[in-house]
Amino acid sequence: MMDMMRLIEPLIPALRRYAHALLRNPTDADDLVQDCLERAVTRWHQRQADGDARTWLFAILHNLAVTQMRQRARRGAHMPIEDIAEANLAVAPTQESGLRHRDLMTALDALPEEQRSVLLLVTVEGLSYAETADILAIPTGTVMSRLSRARDRMIQSMDGTEASVPAKRPLLRRVK
Amino acid sequence: MTMRPIGEDDLQGLVDERLDTARRREVEAYLDAHSEARARVARMISLREEMRAAFAPIAAEPVPARLNLARIVEARRRPARPIWQVFPIWQAMAAGLLLLVGGAGGWGLREVVSPVPTGIEALAQSASMNYAVYAPDHTRPVELAAADRDELAGWFSARMRRPVAVPDLSGSGYRLMGGRLVATQQGPAGLLMYDDGHGARFVMLMRPMSVPGDAPMRAHTTETSNGYAWVQDGLGYSLVGAADPSILHPLANEIRRATAKAI
Repeated sequence: MMDMMRLIEPLIPALRRYAHALLRNPTDADDLVQDCLERAVTRWHQRQADGDARTWLFAILHNLAVTQMRQRARRGAHMPIEDIAEANLAVAPTQESGLRHRDLMTALDALPEEQRSVLLLVTVEGLSYAETADILAIPTGTVMSRLSRARDRMIQSMDGTEASVPAKRPLLRRVK
Repeated sequence: MTMRPIGEDDLQGLVDERLDTARRREVEAYLDAHSEARARVARMISLREEMRAAFAPIAAEPVPARLNLARIVEARRRPARPIWQVFPIWQAMAAGLLLLVGGAGGWGLREVVSPVPTGIEALAQSASMNYAVYAPDHTRPVELAAADRDELAGWFSARMRRPVAVPDLSGSGYRLMGGRLVATQQGPAGLLMYDDGHGARFVMLMRPMSVPGDAPMRAHTTETSNGYAWVQDGLGYSLVGAADPSILHPLANEIRRATAKAI
């Protein structure tokens, strides 16, 4: 029990970060992390004792996220309005950094889900290619090719080089 | 020894700092000779930094209470099992059958045992029902807050088509939380909610009665609440709370005095 607390607890901020970046909805993301932690607590004894707790937890979280994103895609995105901070609905259009941030998020949202997860796990979470392959249950070669495509696509979309990738989920912007 | 050709994986590896020293040198040498590849790698590195910076604040936030691991472990020790796990399916079916029999029997006897309440009884029932629904609500116990007291009085008066006052009980230590309009069998009613500052709430329901005049105060109770109902000048009042009658009764008297003066 102490072992579990010691290994899981320090990872919670990173799990939240990954869930938020992947789902881009704070409430859904924390729901997901909660589900993930509940499962981790239940299944702690099933995990391989020599396995890495981080990849194990990220794999649980990722699988839950994929299930949820597919459901959401089927039902259409549902955003309960009272749960959303004003900041999520409106993007301050004045600051250069704000614009840059928005472009980054738009580009990220436009990525296919399987590219987005690879890019986030490698760059934001700093996981190795082998760990990422483990979490996503795909070969390392696939991680590499998705990573390369994800980066090119992001840059293309953000810098507007060549044909820009159409945004799948455009952010709602305040019209003044 | 001939050098392995530089591949896309090497460029990605350089961006993610995953190359060993020897290979990194080879890739760097390649990039020195290929400015376009150099520019692309540089942009990929800046993208990496932008993404890390964009999501870093989330990991720096304090972890919400519901993600507290100790709490999750604790909650798991007392699992809330769904009803179908607590009762095997045949028991549930038997229970369903009994409910059906009981329901049908009850329906047949409805006129005999439970006449539809009218007058002050109906008023008391509406108040108890609304107490049960709104008093435990944490999200939105009232629709208009106490700050909008005048608006509340205006709203109630307009919908009930008679002047309705919003009693101030702060003298007795009760704070008006606010109110809302609710539906009753007899039409719109005003529901006010008060609390004692320690989490105990009670509600007061007001609606016009079909008969003008006054009716004396009478107590009414349910399993979870106590109440006092009365009619004053054709307007019915019912005060409901979980508190003891020894607390509610004097309060009901005070409200009756206050509303008599106000209108």
